[in-house]
Amino acid sequence: MQHTLSVTVEDKPGVLARVSAMFSNRGFNIHSLAVGPTNVEGRSRITLVVDAPELEQLKKQLHKLVNVIKVQELKPSDTLETEVMIVRVSCDPANRGEVTDTAALFAARMIDLSPRSMTLEISGTPEHLATFLEHVRPYGIIDLVKSGRVAMKRLSDVSAPPIGGRTR
Amino acid sequence: MTQQPFTGSNSLFRSLEHEGVELIFGIPGGAILPAYDPLLDSPIRHILARHEQGAGHMAEGYAMATGRVGVAMATSGPGATNLITPLQNAKMDSTPLVAITGQVGTAAIGSDAFQEAYTTGLAMHCTKHSYLVTDADELPAVIHEAFHLASTGRPGPVLVDIPKNVLNQPTRWSEPSLAGLPGYKPTKEGHPKQIRAAIELIESAERPVLYVGGGVINAGASAELAEFAVAVNAPVVTTLMARGAFPDDHPLALGMPGMHGTYPATTAIQKADLLVSLGARFDDRVTGRVDAFAPHAKVIHVDVDPAEIGKVRNAEVPIVGDARLVLRALIDRVLSLRDASDAPRRQKWFDQLDSWKTTHPLSYDQDPDGPIKTQHFIERLHAITNGEAVIVAGVGQHQMWASQFWGFSRPRSWINSGGLGTMGFAVPAAIGAKTARPDDLVYALDGDGCFQMTFQELITASTEGIPIKVAVFNNGGYGMVKQWQNLFYGGRLSATDLGTTIPDYPALAEAMGCVGLRVTHADQIDVTIEKSLSVNDRPVVVEVVTDPDEMCFPMVPAGGSNDDVVMGPEDL
Repeated sequence: MQHTLSVTVEDKPGVLARVSAMFSNRGFNIHSLAVGPTNVEGRSRITLVVDAPELEQLKKQLHKLVNVIKVQELKPSDTLETEVMIVRVSCDPANRGEVTDTAALFAARMIDLSPRSMTLEISGTPEHLATFLEHVRPYGIIDLVKSGRVAMKRLSDVSAPPIGGRTR
Repeated sequence: MTQQPFTGSNSLFRSLEHEGVELIFGIPGGAILPAYDPLLDSPIRHILARHEQGAGHMAEGYAMATGRVGVAMATSGPGATNLITPLQNAKMDSTPLVAITGQVGTAAIGSDAFQEAYTTGLAMHCTKHSYLVTDADELPAVIHEAFHLASTGRPGPVLVDIPKNVLNQPTRWSEPSLAGLPGYKPTKEGHPKQIRAAIELIESAERPVLYVGGGVINAGASAELAEFAVAVNAPVVTTLMARGAFPDDHPLALGMPGMHGTYPATTAIQKADLLVSLGARFDDRVTGRVDAFAPHAKVIHVDVDPAEIGKVRNAEVPIVGDARLVLRALIDRVLSLRDASDAPRRQKWFDQLDSWKTTHPLSYDQDPDGPIKTQHFIERLHAITNGEAVIVAGVGQHQMWASQFWGFSRPRSWINSGGLGTMGFAVPAAIGAKTARPDDLVYALDGDGCFQMTFQELITASTEGIPIKVAVFNNGGYGMVKQWQNLFYGGRLSATDLGTTIPDYPALAEAMGCVGLRVTHADQIDVTIEKSLSVNDRPVVVEVVTDPDEMCFPMVPAGGSNDDVVMGPEDL
């Protein structure tokens, strides 16, 4: 089962190596990993998507690393998650229009064009990216790269009211 | 002579003195060379080891004998890689250690320079934390943090790697703080709610067992443990790392549990309805097959390291905290509920335990005319010294027999390599222990296989004037491996024969500046021990020629259930 973890760390040399080494040492699998600075000087955030049956031991082992300041598990229901993907799709002038239409539906942006391919940039939830891929896959995917997910806790209340009006 | 500038090396020693360091175990070399100059002007004593692994184990022995942080120093590359085994050993056994290594100059890092190794990378998995210092101005804070990390929370090894140019860099020393550790806040006090829940379980348990690990020794909690055990009237088992945390002659003591534990200790856990784990980590040598371990027991797990709780076995009541403070809170809670004398009697449970002690005692046969049994030598040594010694063991049969047959009465009187099982640990660790406690008798009990891995440190002991005693039990092979080959590989003995005649141990000892003795007959044991005790100006090595066929029991075969304790070869 996939879990998303947001790990706040000291921005020091070797921290990412310590985190990833702990995963291999303890036999946990990383599905994706994205790292970058935060709004606080000297703090970085690592967003990890991991495959693990349970998270308790993993979170404790992360906490044991001296440079780790905070470990937060992000539940899908209250998480803002996004990922960037660049995908190169095989197409020629004859079917380029179809690909462009699909891209427009998904708000993907064309960033490179050659006689035999179109390269698109798209960002959004993992589901959004996966759906887009299904629609361009028939044209032939030449190359693909993903950033790894970044995530943050959602603060707005998005629990949907029942159809026909919400009663409190 | 012109005034020399104050450099990173000076700052390093100023910091070590500031931390109260009195001893360093090490070996110089190219990259660490600048640090060896201010050593000449420092009150810190340096013990010159003959191999960096020896220096590391000496620092561990020092730390385990005292509870203070041991310090090892080595150069870059091979000096640092030779320290890896002691670092991992200290990590497994939660021993406070600071290792200082030289590194090639910062400009050369990553260039495969002479004697370069990626030391902080190598140390990543075998330290609690590590530092690469790139600016000498950081040294006061880094050294202060290193000692703080090594000695607080769950103790462990910390490595500080210092490039040569940083050691030579002009700098200033300033009073350090711990501001650089925003993510490190070990929990010390147990949660009051959990303390109450624990006492509720303990008071109502019919068959409780206190399962005590090395954390109790690290926390200095032996007095609290004894008070608590009596207050709740529960029997105590002490793991290999906890031998001495609770006196073996106490009526509540059951000895060591696990693979080579006593039958009452191992079986009490199997039949218990409550296991109170204090600073123990459910190691596989204790649990045997985990799903068959303590099948009827609820678990209260006290540990300073939250990651240990639930790692192997779920705990009904998890308590994160320092063993001494948690035990104090547990005692206070019990005594707030009832008088000390009103503890549950649990007569049926204690009758059962007593009957196991009678039906399944530790045993061996010493034929007066036959070969010496290691167990017998250990019992004689205990009798002659009245148990007043720090016992240091290597790894294997002799280690298990020492743990089984030496009646321990106080903490820090047993030093061994538990988690990692590092053969060769005894001689250097004994040297470290003796430097820390020069007035105490330090007797290493070693196997011939172990001894041959690190005996060169006896040269260190001789030249530095550290008069340890070493008994080498010479059974001519790797006894424990041979035991497994005999029991589980149909007696096909492969690469376990070391021969009994080479080396000539007394001659080897004499060549290293020690007194060398040999005992081959049981009736000569006492006089030989007396002789070893009479020498105090030099180390003494006693070769004890022992029975090559003796096997270590009780035994739970690897991966087996602790319900199936094997008392002797006839049970297999």
